[in-house]
Amino acid sequence: MGRPKIARKSTHVDMTAFCDVGFLLLSFFILTTKFKPPEALTVVTPGSVSSKEAEAVDQCLVSVGADGRVFISFSEENRRVEVVDDLNKRLGLQLTEAEVNSAGTSEYFASSLNQLKSFLAIPIDRRVGNSFPGIPIKDTANNELVEWVRSVGNVFLGEKLNLMVKGDQTMQYPAFKGVIDAFKKNDQMKFLIITSQESIPGGTPLADKARKGVIKE
Amino acid sequence: MAEIAEGGGGGHKKGPGVKKGKKLSTRVDLTPLVDLAFLLITFFIFTTTMSTPTAMNLFLPKDTDKPEEQNKAKESGALTLILAKDHSVYYYEGILATDGANFKQMPFSEMRKVVMDKKTSTAKDDLVIVIKPTAECTFADVVDALDEMTIADIKRYAMVDAAEGELALISATQAANPGGAPAPAAQK
Repeated sequence: MGRPKIARKSTHVDMTAFCDVGFLLLSFFILTTKFKPPEALTVVTPGSVSSKEAEAVDQCLVSVGADGRVFISFSEENRRVEVVDDLNKRLGLQLTEAEVNSAGTSEYFASSLNQLKSFLAIPIDRRVGNSFPGIPIKDTANNELVEWVRSVGNVFLGEKLNLMVKGDQTMQYPAFKGVIDAFKKNDQMKFLIITSQESIPGGTPLADKARKGVIKE
Repeated sequence: MAEIAEGGGGGHKKGPGVKKGKKLSTRVDLTPLVDLAFLLITFFIFTTTMSTPTAMNLFLPKDTDKPEEQNKAKESGALTLILAKDHSVYYYEGILATDGANFKQMPFSEMRKVVMDKKTSTAKDDLVIVIKPTAECTFADVVDALDEMTIADIKRYAMVDAAEGELALISATQAANPGGAPAPAAQK
């Protein structure tokens, strides 16, 4: 009777705003996410202070794994075909036209030149990166990357080429030397080394430059 | 958290005699939806690659140009860094003395200090740094050494293979001191 009425407050929490924020974040991450392309070779790149972003087009990427195996890949499909075609014609690899064209779908090339035919014959989905020996470079007399880079030079003649090297940080120097020797022999004097970004250490000339905003590149 | 059954909502008391029609709530429970959204967010946060790969430029000198190019550098302005195994660095200033007296060793972490000291003590135009990787150093060492050049803002540096004499000195130092500490002779 004499009880005062206590206003019953709803225990309901309005989830709409929460939901809105959730989906806003969700769409942001969906749109910004970039899935890593499946890599044939696991490469952990060393860090550098360079802040220049690696270009994704017109690239010829030479990857070197921790054990010194060398894989080569191209960003554009027609480049793959052209490079393999050039190798085929120049060195007489006896690839059929169909085999040369099948190079277009090949994400990477990882065999010696005389095994290229059988490499291309393996269906893409059955290729396991780790099972390939890579392009032989160790032996300076038989550095097959020289031939690859020569063909790359022929194909990209007069056009923009982003020649890149991606090496594992634990890779021994001779493998890297084999790669730069192959570049040098073909007069490809300019290339990029793929690294992961590191912060600039303070108190150094580069840090001063960065503060003044006059960083080159 | 979201909705605890509250029967028709609002706390409106129906008047007497009014039949309680079964009023279905128009509210949709959003909790599972939010759950799902955040699950997806977590997934995308973890799979997203925020760090895009960067690239550092490297220009190689032409092999044929080397002798002339190297002669242009003054002896006093040269600093040679030899990258050896286990991240150790051997270095000398100017020309290597025949007895190896100016052949010194340091851990990789001191490279910045050595390079900066050389930079401040040398005329700007004379300074040239020669990086000599040996077969036993890793790719990370090479990149880090090149990176030090960028950090110290060195304009002229070159990457050359180590000479026989230098390799012999390194193995002599390592043999004399298997522990890895610099040999007394190499400490100057």
